[in-house]
Amino acid sequence: MQINVFFDRENKEKTINLDLNSSVKDLLTKMNINPVTVIVSRDSNIITEDEKINDNDKIKLISVISGG
Amino acid sequence: MNCCNEKPIIELTAGEKLCKQHFTEYFENKVFKTITKFDLIGKEENLGVAVSGGKDSLTLLNILNKLSKQNPKIKLTAIAINEGIEGYRDKSLITAQNFCDKLNIKLNIYSYEKEFGMPLDNMLKVLDVKPCTICGIFRRYLLNKKSKELGFTKLATGHNLDDECQSIMMNQFKNNIHSSARLGPKVGINENKNFVQRIKPLYLCTEKEVTTYAFVNNILDNFIECPNIGKSYRAQIRDMLNDFEAKFPGTKYSIVNSFLQILPDLKQRFKDAEVNYCSNCNEPASKDKCNACKYVEKLNKAKNKPLIKIK
Ligand code: SF4
Ligand SMILES: [Zn+2]
Ligand SMILES: [Zn+2]
Repeated sequence: MQINVFFDRENKEKTINLDLNSSVKDLLTKMNINPVTVIVSRDSNIITEDEKINDNDKIKLISVISGG
Repeated sequence: MNCCNEKPIIELTAGEKLCKQHFTEYFENKVFKTITKFDLIGKEENLGVAVSGGKDSLTLLNILNKLSKQNPKIKLTAIAINEGIEGYRDKSLITAQNFCDKLNIKLNIYSYEKEFGMPLDNMLKVLDVKPCTICGIFRRYLLNKKSKELGFTKLATGHNLDDECQSIMMNQFKNNIHSSARLGPKVGINENKNFVQRIKPLYLCTEKEVTTYAFVNNILDNFIECPNIGKSYRAQIRDMLNDFEAKFPGTKYSIVNSFLQILPDLKQRFKDAEVNYCSNCNEPASKDKCNACKYVEKLNKAKNKPLIKIK
């Protein structure tokens, strides 16, 4: 399945291919992003790492690191 | 383990999963407990709050505002420093101003340009220094000086658990243990009128918790990052700590908790360090002149010369 992911730190939207039944955690692993450093939102709601992702979901990764 | 039937938004280090409402309660209670545990705020205060427009300082202001509403003798005033970093601080200060307006809290802004003669962007063009070194020296200087002028009894800053962890490790790695004696949730001595005591109510909150709180309470602005941060030693320590935290959850709490156990001894050991006063501006200094005045002199000398980077 294909997922649209917007990563705020890079200000970029990416399309990621994932196996069916993948979780937020799988997505982050695939993108090589440390789960400690982001929160993940879907339709403006935060979702936890074990949440399943569906085809065509619009996901946003919000960076938690301080900007300086 | 879930808190209730609502959808969880965060899993805490201990494994508990909390929904939006229970997380907000958990987070605010944690901050209030930190304030009580470390005796950060008294019954009556003219409390300054350092704001940058970032999630940490706005979260702090939001919670302190609730505290002040319940305790009218705790008066809040916000203070911000405009370092002069184009595309970054100009934007974040608009966010800060809007949020202060919304809460009806006065915001005082002081700039490097007005106080030291040029914005940070220009300082970095005339002097070959690490951005965060000079930026930090000037910021601490102005915050202390202006806090005194504004009559603050204390100055609250948005430092969180991650910031503290980074500072502890940086001081270890650089053999700067005397600097660690000046860390902790409460810095400075109340009786010393030349230093405004600094407090860190978000001391035990991770960056992820702060961001989550800011997000669910609609105070999280779009992500912006200082253009100078990539070069900093701190950023590298931060990434290393986050890698460790992912592999060994609880690492950051352990670092801060073990640090808190030795902090009283550290403070005792370094308490005799003598404080001098700057011959130029009278602010606290370790030598004859304070670091801020030394850098202002260097800037004035360098202004008219070409920049030569020595490798
Ligand atoms: S990251 Fe460095 S240069 Fe940027 S605001 Fe922070 S201390 Fe200043
Ligand atoms: Zn709940
Ligand atoms: Zn001075």
